[in-house]
This record gives sequence, structure tokens and C-alpha cells, in this order.
Amino acid sequence: MSITDRVLGDRQRLAYIASQAADARLNVELETEGMTLNIGPQHPATHGTLRIIARLDGEQVVWAEPSCGYMHRGYEKLAEVRTYPQVTTLVNRIDWLGSFANEVPFILAAEKLMDVEAPARAQHIRTILFELSRIANVSLFLGDLGVQMGAITPVFFAFRDREYVLNLIEGATGGRFHPNFDRIGGLKDDLPKGWIAETKAVMKKLRTFCDQIEDLLFGNEIFQSRTRGIGVIPRDVALQYGLSGANLRASGVDWDLRRDHPLPMAWNKADWKVWTHPDGDSFARCWIRLQETREATKIVDQLIDTIPSGPIMAKVPKIIKVPEGEAWVSTENPLGEMGYYVVSRGELGPFRVKIRSASFNNISIAPWVLRGVYVPDIVTVLASLYFILGDIDR
Amino acid sequence: MKAALGDRVVDSFHKDDLWLRVRTDAWKSSMRTLRDTLGFHYFSFLSAIDWMPSPYGRGEDDPTEPPPVRDTTIRPGYAGGDTRMQVFARVGNPVSHVSVIVKVDVPDAQPTLDSIHDVYAGANWHERETHEMFGINFAGHPDLRNMYLPVDFEGHPLRKDYPLLARMIKPWPGIVDVEPLPGGSEGGDDE
Repeated sequence: MSITDRVLGDRQRLAYIASQAADARLNVELETEGMTLNIGPQHPATHGTLRIIARLDGEQVVWAEPSCGYMHRGYEKLAEVRTYPQVTTLVNRIDWLGSFANEVPFILAAEKLMDVEAPARAQHIRTILFELSRIANVSLFLGDLGVQMGAITPVFFAFRDREYVLNLIEGATGGRFHPNFDRIGGLKDDLPKGWIAETKAVMKKLRTFCDQIEDLLFGNEIFQSRTRGIGVIPRDVALQYGLSGANLRASGVDWDLRRDHPLPMAWNKADWKVWTHPDGDSFARCWIRLQETREATKIVDQLIDTIPSGPIMAKVPKIIKVPEGEAWVSTENPLGEMGYYVVSRGELGPFRVKIRSASFNNISIAPWVLRGVYVPDIVTVLASLYFILGDIDR
Repeated sequence: MKAALGDRVVDSFHKDDLWLRVRTDAWKSSMRTLRDTLGFHYFSFLSAIDWMPSPYGRGEDDPTEPPPVRDTTIRPGYAGGDTRMQVFARVGNPVSHVSVIVKVDVPDAQPTLDSIHDVYAGANWHERETHEMFGINFAGHPDLRNMYLPVDFEGHPLRKDYPLLARMIKPWPGIVDVEPLPGGSEGGDDE
């Protein structure tokens, strides 16, 4: 762990020394015995069933370890016995708050292997739905954030406004949580009548929601003192642990797959900004997500005005056989880099699918970042890292 | 890149993406070179592939029939390979946004590889996952406990010769549980 040690913060270094001291003292003095605290598996701050085992010295964490696997569903194995169109049903359930975004990279990988490209209209609508699922996902994060710190109001705002977005997704795809709308070569259906006007109205509401959250939370003194300077992740460490998405950009790395990796999607047809923050603390991670929600509403607004006409499905055979080869496609999902490594043997189903989900990497930094924080901050640091259990365990 | 890695690269492949295959004994040093000399600081993922096709197919065999004979010859993918198991990882350069997929053969007799958790700290959990799913050992890894499965779980689920039991017990697609419709003379129709 030489690299990690080099960039250890002062506080973390002190905590480490304290832990060593606590161990040494244990046999000599009785009063500062270490204590093991079990958080979870059922705990309101863990967004599902994650268990965190923390060893404390007084109020300080000297060692922490998340224990996953309460929701392992074995999608990588299951995908090997399914056909390509059937896999989208599975991957929908990985990050269940932004389901549509999970389908896109898998479909893109299959299309890449088949050398098929979706028509422009389908690419446009895909991008719009992708950003809508981002808004639905992150707006819940913004509301939930308050609850971790004792602010009850924002979560009601979040559930209220997320419902508008879910209604849009339901209107277009038929499913609120698990659309299963993406097809190899395009989309299942076109947009319904009146959807565009409704979307514009909802985007306006969502921008108001972002302003409200900014007033309620980000300007709040308690929120700031609970998040600023806490759980700092420097740039080097963030990269090494493979943090992605808002967590990486909050550590000052200017990397957004939507902008930097050309994919057959419509992001480059809209004018938007990638936000970064130099601090790398809990506050920065939350703030980046707030800005990203705003940018996402802007992307949707712009794209919805410029949907090209044309078909929504490319010509693909009825029974889909994907030619032999390997493909990797990753997109910037609400939680970070989500990618699929698809190996095909020219059969009806994939030979091997490696699912690279963002939360798995994002939470793997927890043992590092939790070292040295105080007990109440465990919750805020984890909340700001933002993981979804289905996305860790797959 | 070739110049920096020298003869450690066995094979490479380029098509939309870049694949490299490095020598098994040079796995860790190649990753270190990629990180320190070539600036691939971003660790995306690490996993493994079992190149032997599954003897169970897609689990759709009729249990009343004798099992069909399947071709289980090992055919490696891009950038070649000599062994049944391969570990592969993807690392990226956060400045130039270039990424590379690095593959490495895992010896069949003793599936052990050097751990790269001290090169890329994020590889720690990925190696744990690969260990429990494929049974590949990572020498020098501090803690290869099971990540998802119970401690007393036997076998390595993502190996191709591990059967998907749910499909072994019950034939697929569900043709057993069709109850006759009330009033129907011929029973239910199964789609």
C-alpha cells in the first residue's frame, strides 16, 4: 500500500497511529479498548442491504469494511444462458433507479459486434431517456442526502418531483422502473403524442427542484459543516480505485465519457458543461451531482427540440445472432462508468458478459476513506459516495 | 506503448479498442509500467474469462434425453491465448482518455497470478471477486475472502464447467408446471 500511504491525509495518518496505539494499549490499560460497530445490513443510510463493520477507537473509525453480497444475483452467469434480447431484462435490475441507462451500454456493445447502428432518431430518443433516468436517479440522491443529516423536507420534494420524471419514462416506455425499451438496432416504440410538451414542462419543474435543494441543503450551515473537508479523496487515490462519474470529477479529474468517448448517441448534439470540483470531499461530490442534474435537464431540453425524423429501428434479423468477437462499451451512467465486456461466439446468447458497474468501484474505496472519520460521518461519507446495492452486487 | 513494454507483450489486437496480451511472469511489471511510464492511472476493472465452452450448453437440454455431446475445444479471443483461463483488466489514461485492455494467460496447472493490488489499489476487490468466481489465486493479495458467496460455498460459479443449477433442476423454458385450465378439455397451452 505504498502509494496509498504517500497520499494519506494528516487526519488519516493520525488515525492510523491511534489505531496502532490502541492495539498496543489494549493489554495494558482497560479504558480505551477498541469497539466493533456493526452498521446494517438493514440501515436507513445504506440504500439497501449493505453491512459495514467498523472498528472504533472512541468516536473515530480505525478500520472499516463493507460486507457485500446480500443481493448477489449472478447476472454474469445468467447472461450466459440467455439470448441477447433477454439480457436487457436482467441488466435493468442492476441500478434500479436509472434502469434505462443500464440497457444502453449493453445494447451498444451488441450493436458494435453486429456492426449495426441505430437510426438517428433512435439515438436521439435513447439519449433523452438516458438523461431522464439520470435525473430520476440523482434527484432521489439529492433528496435522500438531507435525510442522512436529519433534514426531512428535501426527501419529500425529491419524491414529488421524481414522480414527474417517472411518469415521463412510463409514458414513453410503459415501465416506471424497468423500461426494457432498448432493442438491438433501435427502440421498441416511438414517443407518444404530447410527450414532448409534457417533458418541457417537467424539465422546468426539475430545475426549480434543483434550486430548492440548493437553497435548502447546499446553503445550509449544518449541511456544510457535516460535509466540507470530510471524506476527502485526492485525485491519485480516486483514479487508482477506479472511482468514476461524479465521484471522480469531484476529485478534480475532468473526464466524462459522454463527452470524451465518441459513441453513437446524441450527447454531442447538445451544448452542456462537465463540472468538476477541486476539493474531493463529501460536499464536492454532492455539489457535482446537483450540477449534473441541471445539465441533464438542459440536454433533454435541447435534444427534444431537435429530434430528427425517420425510422426508430435499423434493419436487423428477427433472430439475433451476434458475430464472433469481443466488445467493450461503457457509458457515463448516473452512478459512474458502467460498461459491458461482451464476448460473442456467434451464438444466440453471449459467451461471457463482464459487467463493470460503477458502485462496485465506488464503494471499494470505503475502507480507505472511512479510516479516520468520526462515527456520524460514516453515514454522510457513504451517502456522498452514492451507491446502489444492486449495482454493487449485480 | 510497444517500446515501453518491450518483449513483455506477447500479442496485440486493434479494432475500435486496443487489446494487449502480456507474459504471465511480467503481468505485474507490465501493469506498473503502464501506470508509471505511460500514465494509465485509471483502473476500470479486472476479471477473467474461461474460454472452454460450457459442456452444459445453455441449460436447455431435456433431462429425459441423454445429454448431447458438445464441442468443448478452447478457442481464445482477441490477442490470442494459450490457456483455458485468462485474466483481463482495463486501465485508462485520465489525460488523453486512451484506454487499453490487458490480458494475461493463467497457467492451467496452478491458476495463480501476481496480485496487482499494490499497483492499482482498486484491484483489491476485483481480485477477490475473480478469486471466488473463477478460483484463480492472486499471490500477494492481503485478503482473498469471499465477496458475495457464503464462506462454505463449494465451486467457482463463473467457470464454464459449473452448471447453472436452476436450469438443471427444472427444464427450460417452463414446460412442466402447466396445469389444465378449469373446464378446458385439452389442458392449458404452453407457449
